[in-house]
Amino acid sequence: MEKNLIPISITVNGRRVELEVQPQHTLLKVLQNQLDLIGSKECCGEGECGACTILANGRAINSCLVLAVEADGWEIVTIEGLAEDERLDPLQEAFLKAGAVQCGYCIPGMVMSAKYLLMKNPHPSEDEVRQGLAGNLCRCAGYNRIIAAVQLAASEKEAA
Amino acid sequence: MSASAENQGMAQWVGMSPERVGGRERVTGAQRYTGDIRLPGALHVKLAHLNCGHARILNVDASQALRLKGVVAVLTADDLPKPMPRFGPVYNDRPVIADDEVKYFGEPVAAVAAEDEDTALEAVKLLRIEYEELPGVYTIDEALRPGAPLVQHPSIRAADDPFRQSNILNEWCFGWGDVDQAQADMVIENVYRFPLVTHFPIENLAYQAAPEKDGVSVWSSIQHPYVLQRAIVTALNLPASKVRIIAPDPGGGFGGKGYPKYEPLLAFLALKTGRPVRLALTLEETFQAIRRAASQIRLRSGFTADGRLVFQDIEANYQLGAYADIGSRVVSKGSYVAAGPYHAPNVRIVGRAVLTHTTPSTAFRGFGIPQLSWALESQMDAAARQLGLDRLEIRLRNIPAKGETVIPGDKPVDGDWRMLLQRAANAIGWGQPLGKNHGRGLAIGMKNSASASASFAIARLLQDGSLLILSSTSDMGQGARTVFSQLAADELGIPLDRISIVMGDTALAPFDASTSASRSSVFMGNAIISACRQIKTQLRQMAAEAYDMAEDCIRLQEGKVICGERAVAYDRLIRDYYGAVRGEVIAVGTARGKYLPNHPLGGQAAFWEVAAVGCEVEVDEETGEITIHKLVTVTDIGKALNPRQAEAQDEGAAIMGLGHTLMEHLILDEAGRIQNLGALDYRIPTIKDIPLEMETILQENGDGPGPYGSKGAGESGILAVSPAVGSAIREAIGVTIHDLPLTPEKVWLALQEKRAGENSFARPLTDPKSYVE
Ligand code: FES
Ligand code: FES
Repeated sequence: MEKNLIPISITVNGRRVELEVQPQHTLLKVLQNQLDLIGSKECCGEGECGACTILANGRAINSCLVLAVEADGWEIVTIEGLAEDERLDPLQEAFLKAGAVQCGYCIPGMVMSAKYLLMKNPHPSEDEVRQGLAGNLCRCAGYNRIIAAVQLAASEKEAA
Repeated sequence: MSASAENQGMAQWVGMSPERVGGRERVTGAQRYTGDIRLPGALHVKLAHLNCGHARILNVDASQALRLKGVVAVLTADDLPKPMPRFGPVYNDRPVIADDEVKYFGEPVAAVAAEDEDTALEAVKLLRIEYEELPGVYTIDEALRPGAPLVQHPSIRAADDPFRQSNILNEWCFGWGDVDQAQADMVIENVYRFPLVTHFPIENLAYQAAPEKDGVSVWSSIQHPYVLQRAIVTALNLPASKVRIIAPDPGGGFGGKGYPKYEPLLAFLALKTGRPVRLALTLEETFQAIRRAASQIRLRSGFTADGRLVFQDIEANYQLGAYADIGSRVVSKGSYVAAGPYHAPNVRIVGRAVLTHTTPSTAFRGFGIPQLSWALESQMDAAARQLGLDRLEIRLRNIPAKGETVIPGDKPVDGDWRMLLQRAANAIGWGQPLGKNHGRGLAIGMKNSASASASFAIARLLQDGSLLILSSTSDMGQGARTVFSQLAADELGIPLDRISIVMGDTALAPFDASTSASRSSVFMGNAIISACRQIKTQLRQMAAEAYDMAEDCIRLQEGKVICGERAVAYDRLIRDYYGAVRGEVIAVGTARGKYLPNHPLGGQAAFWEVAAVGCEVEVDEETGEITIHKLVTVTDIGKALNPRQAEAQDEGAAIMGLGHTLMEHLILDEAGRIQNLGALDYRIPTIKDIPLEMETILQENGDGPGPYGSKGAGESGILAVSPAVGSAIREAIGVTIHDLPLTPEKVWLALQEKRAGENSFARPLTDPKSYVE
């Protein structure tokens, strides 16, 4: 359906992109459909599950709640932007090491929320991890391994 | 079925927990699930449904919708062959699209295919659907009332079906001994209810379909690709060889993605439009598409004064939806083991599958067992209280030992179940002093695993000595690829990173019955081991011929063929045997649970899936809020092929169990509409809801039929969570609640009633010997 396309310019994973977006499309849809960044997932579409979490201007947000036009000028990091040339982010490594990945559908959002948490608080307590990831649902896990993964990443950062 | 591997004890990978195969793709966002696949030129599909649970469709006027630019097709019942093609795993009762009547809130009446999603959505709004709302049955009681509206038209039922004029899809009666003659010192009777709950995988249901030259390809986030293939074959009347099912790894399944739903509809749309079509359901639509059966279980139990079971008299009514799906099997398989993991000399079980005008119910982790064990184990506690016995003790007095009968005529007890209970009790400090408003609970659950079913695996040792395994198991989070790689790596001595497991494509991988019933490690695991062993046999034969040696002088060790002094690599042998253009070594492995037409379930359980749960809870008297201080699961796994993955399955299952125990329930209004659609109003456990401490114990006695003595797990953790928590609440604050979930409101109310001195959950005693709590 052709509505009035609106030009926006965003920086995604360090790359500046110019796009024409429909006014009713969410940032999540644009990432998935126009940039083929399918790592950010949609589940609830209403800000309750966290599967679509990305970093926007250094803060974790639910990309399903933002219209793409609102994101004009933003700096965005998605799950695809965490690893640097094949080298995984310590958090991604920790999720694998701790056995925190099951079906994987919630994992991109979970990792991005955890990334934001560690940016704000490099050494979160278990309770702080629970607070920080309270908006991310996982139906596979007991969550305990996700907590362990975040704390592992935090402790490894310290060691490095 | 083959049992332990021949090189047991030499296993390098089995029993270890290597990194999950596919883990990297999942942490980097590269994993493509069904909805992430882009088929060039695909049309977007949206479904139209009515705002009620039961209605007659009078007319669908699509003229306005079809005039909208970008709309390519609108499909309704009128566009399909007559009579309407129907499909289903047990009964072919489900129409491709609502046929004349809408039988559940959310049943598609029309499907719009358009160039983009927005257009499809707008076109759905332009459809003019005339309908007449009809009275419906939305609960078990309503459905069983005499004269209730019928969900299933008698014409689609067998002529000799005694229930064809009722909403009972079928009734299963099992039993042994004689309940009516049994003499008990104490009789106790209660009704226990389990709510309507939904699977809520984080990946919503998604489908795609594309026309092929003389057939169709269907993509689905489905657990059982070959069950789906059969549905498409039935609905479209095509040979299976022309129906290709592509099943990308599901983003969680839990049973909800087991059986076909809207795939035949998509296949028809692809053929009608001549283009690929895609349908991604929203979370709300996923809720409307599938759920677990609710239940209402009346349990009358007789005990001796010293706490031995004399009889169990069980009436289990399960609330199915509008179509059978696998619901009748949930009821038959569930009620078959309704007397639980106990030695009950006299048992009478009636299990009923009751149709209602609601979302079809299907398999859900634990099948029908969490419903039953809520009743059964709560009842054991009630008996312990009446008899003044310890709750652990009464269970130990009734649990059969290994080798004894649990269900006459079926597999004898295959594990040490007392040990499970004892370990759970020890892990939570059973019998030690408790803080104020704290209580401990303990429960055990037993499920009959897969019975008659078959798995096939193809192993291909490729020309360079690397290995391909083709298997139709779905890797939906349990980590099947990882375990299969470990098994194959140990059998053939090939490094993990030189093994690939190909799944989810019926054009490539052979038949598998299902990824369900905790069967994959056992059935598919054995099939893969069998295929790998046949490859070894072939390698020995090839080496004997190529090197002119006696076959019995040749052995295989660490990925090499040892011929006397020489150690030959696989690729070298393939070259020496086939010549410079090379070849490969290929084998098919199978595993089968024997089909027994006279067995009530078609075959004996391959193993019993049993787990004990222990917990300590604290109840806030002011709010009714429950804090789980510790939760322990002890699973009888035989052998953990990959301990970390096995533990993760149990933990996930236990937390899922806390969901239906504490918070989850779908609420229907008087028109059968789900009131709490979506994540905002239907709560599942978050990271803040998990126990303060969790312990996962795997009992490894090597007594299972799977590779290395393993048994299936993955459902075990969910089986007995509810009764353990209920039991702990009772100990903490002295209230008993018979209806799940145990929400703060319900707990608080029960506490108020107890304080007011009249626990409304108690009814007067009729027979001096019988107690009703
Ligand atoms: S999809 Fe964005 S929060 Fe659920
Ligand atoms: S890993 Fe499956 S939803 Fe989290």
